[in-house]
This record gives sequence, structure tokens and C-alpha cells, in this order.
Amino acid sequence: MSGRVVRPYGDTTGDGMVQLSFTLPVPHGKLAEGAALQLAGRMGMEPALVAHSKPMGPDFTFFVVYGRVNHLVNLDEVRVLERDYPLLTPKEANQAIRRGLGRRLTVIGACIGTDAHTVGIDAILNVKGFAGEKGLEYYRELRVLNLGAQVSVPQLVARAHSDQADAVLVSQVVTQRDAHLHNTVEMSAAFREAFPTGQQPVLVVGGPRFDEQMADALGVDRVFARGTTPGEVASFLVHALVTSKAAHGGRKTA
Amino acid sequence: MARPAAVLDLDPATVRTARRLAARVAKPIVRLAKDHTTVSVERATLRLAGLTGADPDGTPWPNRLVDTVRADVGIEHGVALPVWDALVRGEAGDLTELAGKASVGSVRFRLPTGRDRIRARAAAKKAVGAGVRQLDASRRQRERLVRKWGDPPRQPWIYLIVATGDIYEDIPQAQAAAREGADVIAVIRSTGQSLLDFVPEGATREGYAGTYATQENFRLMRAALDESSAELGRYVRLTNYASGLCMPEIAALAGLQRLDMMLNDSMYGILFRDINPIRTFVDQRFSRQVHARAGIIINTGEDNYLTTADAVEEAHTVTVSQLLNESFAKEAGLADWQLGLGHAFEIDPDIPQSFRLELAHAMLARQLFPDAPLKWMPPTRHMTGDVFRGYLLDGFFNLAGALTGQGILLVGMMTEAVVTPWLSDRDLALQNVRYVLDACGGLAEDFRPPPDGFIATRARQVLAESIELLEAILDHENGLLDAIADGTFGLMRRPADGGRGLEGVVQRAADYLNPASDLLEATQ
Repeated sequence: MSGRVVRPYGDTTGDGMVQLSFTLPVPHGKLAEGAALQLAGRMGMEPALVAHSKPMGPDFTFFVVYGRVNHLVNLDEVRVLERDYPLLTPKEANQAIRRGLGRRLTVIGACIGTDAHTVGIDAILNVKGFAGEKGLEYYRELRVLNLGAQVSVPQLVARAHSDQADAVLVSQVVTQRDAHLHNTVEMSAAFREAFPTGQQPVLVVGGPRFDEQMADALGVDRVFARGTTPGEVASFLVHALVTSKAAHGGRKTA
Repeated sequence: MARPAAVLDLDPATVRTARRLAARVAKPIVRLAKDHTTVSVERATLRLAGLTGADPDGTPWPNRLVDTVRADVGIEHGVALPVWDALVRGEAGDLTELAGKASVGSVRFRLPTGRDRIRARAAAKKAVGAGVRQLDASRRQRERLVRKWGDPPRQPWIYLIVATGDIYEDIPQAQAAAREGADVIAVIRSTGQSLLDFVPEGATREGYAGTYATQENFRLMRAALDESSAELGRYVRLTNYASGLCMPEIAALAGLQRLDMMLNDSMYGILFRDINPIRTFVDQRFSRQVHARAGIIINTGEDNYLTTADAVEEAHTVTVSQLLNESFAKEAGLADWQLGLGHAFEIDPDIPQSFRLELAHAMLARQLFPDAPLKWMPPTRHMTGDVFRGYLLDGFFNLAGALTGQGILLVGMMTEAVVTPWLSDRDLALQNVRYVLDACGGLAEDFRPPPDGFIATRARQVLAESIELLEAILDHENGLLDAIADGTFGLMRRPADGGRGLEGVVQRAADYLNPASDLLEATQ
């Protein structure tokens, strides 16, 4: 066997010990414990020990299981998909903008087309935020303009002009007949037409049915899919507009 | 609830000053609320009169009817007169039929005068009065069931959240939680429902990180918890959320369906959802009048301040918000026992003496509002995904709740910031609460921080800062509205002419009529 191989560490190198907790929809008793051991065995825990089992109501049982896993991990075969920008806390993002730019970043958000679902854009922009993270309005160095729903592409372009937007965030929830894709392509084309090359705001689109690999095909700088948090969006904006500004060469602030 | 003993050495004159300042801040806002109406207040009035259902596109009939009346004669006179004038004229047999006809343009509304006005007013009063009597009936039924099945055996009441998005999944989860010891079940709403300018219709099975608040969902869950209450021999309460663009309507539906508690904060929608301040204050007053009448306990949202701002530096903003919430609530007719004023355990656990600071803040709230069932909210901001550490932090949160006599304890989940709670998370969380309450539920009576000690000193400091902030609000030309506009509360600047829902706000005309408002004002 080649490469660096590791196993979980309990209290001795190579002992392979792990702990696991889960619930089975089986009433508490011998049958439930047997079922738990079977599951642990199939997960590669051998031998496994049910350290704790407790009824959760009449129909469920909760288990804590300890055991030795027989799996090996080869570190040389571990492939990690690194995010190409660092995740920043709001404080770090604010600092980066202050230091790198010396002014606030203007971010415009909208749902375009007939899509009236502002849930996505609001989760990213509202102070209330999403998944325990505050929205972009919470960032002192971001000036956030949330245009809401059913904004037309010309309106969006006009606002981006008049407010000198650094970034435009577009949310698309409705996906009937690929409306989200058509709307996005139309939007990015309009921005390319309205702004000189290299001067257009960073375009970000997001929604539950987008594929994050499609940015180039859609003509935008970034696509965010289901479960994206405000912190990820903010970190990306800082990366695109401040940290890697050199890469963008002739941005209007340069 | 037994009145807790005053254990902090607070100067009674200072406490009186704080309340007087809060009342002065609230006064012009109440005047503003009395001078305006909103589309949601008008829709709530129609809902009290029994209008339900939606058109084939899912737009609720109350929205359809109010929008049509508004297009014909405006809503500054209230929708009651034009609507019941049309019914008296025989344009339709009932409200639903009228809404249907109105939505296809086959009814024209007018503002009746003379005898027509008198007849329309009488008919409106009768119909809306039936709804208000239904609120009374729900309240009496709750009182009867509480007598029959009993209140929770001890305090704090244990408050648990379910949030699957599917009401038919929520129901067994809620029943399981009640069986495991929950006294109060809250059904979290779908993300962003507070920004919908309508209340969805019917039983719903899909939501974003929560379940839509609808009249049918309310009914289904209350019926399920009645079953559980009978089985368990204690009345299990049900909570939902009024905050947002539809506060008045959701309050009315909650009252009609015998919900027991409602989230209802005076400024949450403005600061955290960018809802227009005037819209919020008008809607809030009406919704709180409904809650008062229906015997519903409100829960205020001060925990939100601490999830955005530093829980030590900004502790006084919580106290100020509690004082304002109390002032607005009392004016709207709510009694002390109905004020679940919020606060939260959100101090960074890495700060030295963080637990003593938490105790100081919790005791300050307890002593400032001795007759209110304070709502104690668990840590969220410093829950990192390390579920083991989170479980310990929740234990300390529970201990602070027991030690300071909190009325309602929202059970913290160790998987906060990881997943929406699993069945096992809730069970483990309840074991944590039960252990603390069994081990030291009566500890409050032994706990007397010395008057010049760390805790009492900190409490006095927060109270003093609260008074400074209230004075700073009063220094603004337009008081609270200007303070909200210039960012006095956190980072948010919310001007009175901005925000969502402003287009639904109208100044009342001199002949404004709303039988619901009239009946509810008379409650006080």
C-alpha cells in the first residue's frame, strides 16, 4: 500500500475507534439494539458496542455506539474542492473593504422577471439573514439596495448605473421552462451592452435550481446554489472586488 | 405566576423614570397608529367577519375585496361601510360571493350616506361583532380547558419549536415534543412569510425552513395539541408568529383558532425586515388589541438585537425595547400576564465572567417586569457546530433561567447552526432542561447577589444606560421615528417614508369606520 494511511484515533495509534449517535424508528428493546449493531456493522464498525440506548417516545430509540472501524484513509487520495476565496466574518469583510477600497461597496439586489419570490434575495440581504448568519445589510461597509421582486432588466441596469453599483445580485426561484436561465442570460447580456468592457458590476445570480458550474454559460461572475449563506456571498464580493482587484485590472475604482 | 422577590438593589425612582420615559416615547406613536389604517387592518376586519378562502390563483378573498374597494372609494373611510353597503343593497348574499363578484368587476362600491350609511354600519357591526364574540369564545374555551387539564406543573414553561415545512409532519413532532415535556409548541414560519402581504390559504405541505402560518394550519395543530393535552393531563399551548406585513390578520386568525401565544414585537419588522415604520406601528396596535381580547400572551423579539449586536455593549437596547414593548402593549390593552418580554443568553462565552453578566441582565429584566412571564431565549450566536460544547452552553442557559425565575424558556438545541432539530436533539435538549429544573428549580430563593457585587452593579449600569438611550430618543425632533431613521437602534437606518408596505398605509378620514377597532378599543 502506498501513501500516508490513517485511521481514527481513540487513545492509541491505529485503534480506529469512533463514536456515533443515531435514532432508529424501532421501539426500545432487544430488537432495536440488534438493529443498531447491524447498522454499525454495515457502516464498518467491528466490533461495535451500544454504549447507550434510550426510548424516544413509544416508537423510536436513540443510540450512542462506540466501535472500531475497519476503513483506512489514504491521505494522498483525498481530493478537496477548495473554495477559491476565503470565508470572512462580517468584521473581516468590513476591514478588507475599508483597507483595500477606502469606501463602501454598493450592492444592488433584485428578483428579475415575473418571479415574485423574494425569499432568496431577502435571506441574503435582510439583516435577519439565513442559517444563523446576518444578511449583507448588516455589513457596515456594504451599501445594500434591495429592489425587491419583479424588477425588469432595464430597471436593474438603470439602477446599477445611477447608484454606481459594484455588484448586482439577482435571485431566481421560479424555474418553469428554465425561466431562471433565460432571465439570467438576458440580464448579463444587457449589462455587457450597457457598460464598457471591464466596467460592469460584478454579476452574481442565485437560486435553488442553479448549477454553480454554469457561470460562464450564463455570462455572470458567480452562481450560487441552494443553501448559500450571506457570509459566502459577502466573502465572494470582497474577493472579487477588493482582494483580487488586480486580476480585474481596469475596474472603475482602479 | 408567582411574583418573584426583588433581589437586586434597584432605585425605585430610577425604575419609575425609565417607565415614564418609555411612555413619552410611545405616546406620539400611538397617536400616529390611531390616525392611520392599513390594508392589513382592513383585511383583518373582513376576516373577523368570517371572510376566508382564495380565488383560483391563490389570492385570498380578503385581499381581493380590499383591493377592489380601495380602487373604487379608497380605504381611508374603512372598508366596512362600502362592503356592507353593497351587501345591504343585495349585490351578493355573503362576503365570499361579494369578493368573487368584486374581483371580476361586477360590483361597484360607493360610500353610503344618510340612512344607507346607518344601515351599512349596523350590518357591519353585527358581522364583525360575531367575530369578536368568537375571540371571546375561544378565550373562554382556553380558560375552561386550562381548568380541566391544568397548567404546567412548574416554571419556566418549556417552549419547543417544530419546523418541517409540512403541517402533517409538524403534528406528530409536536405531539412527541409535548409527550416529552414541552408546555408550549411553536411552529416556525416559512422563511420570509413576514414579507408576504397576504396570508396563504389552507393546509400547507411545503415551506422554506418552516411552515406557513395559515388559518387551517392553526386549526389542525391546535386540534392535535388538544388531543395531546387530554392525554397528558396538562394544557399544551400553541405559538405562532404575527410579525410582518400581516400582523393584524394573523392575530385575528390566531384568536379565532385559539392559539395561545404569538410573537409580536413593536419594532422587529422595521429593523430586521425593512417594513415601513408607520405600517408596523399601525398594524402592531391593532394586532395587540386582538391579542388582548383573545387572551393571547405575546412574545417580543429582543433576542434579535443580540444576534446582531454585541450582547454586552448593547445590553441596554434590550431593556429599552422591553420598556417600549411594555408601554405599547399596555396601551393596546394587554395585561402584565400577557407580556412575554424577550431576552436572550447571547454573550460570547469566551468573555470572562460571561455567565455573571448573563445573570445580571436576566435578573434586571425579571425585576423590572415582576408580573410579566419573561421569555428566555437560548444561545444561537455562539453555537458553533461543536454539539458537545453547545450542550454545555445550553445547560448554563437553563441554569440561568432557573436561577432568575424566567417564565417561558425556549429550549436550546445543541445542533443549532447545524441542522433543524432532529427528534433526538429535542429529546436531549429536554433532558438537559429537566435535569437543571429537577436539580435546582428552587435555587432562585437561595440566590441573593450582594448589593454592591458584580451582578447588582452591572444591572444598575445597564438600567442607567437604558435611561440615557430613552433620553436620546426623546431628543429627536420626531422622537422614535427619527431615532429609527438615523440608526439609533443598531446599524439600521429606517426612515419613516421608506420600507416595505408603505403603499398599504392610509391616513384615516374623519368619517373612518371600523367596527373591529371600535369593539376592541372598548375592551380597554
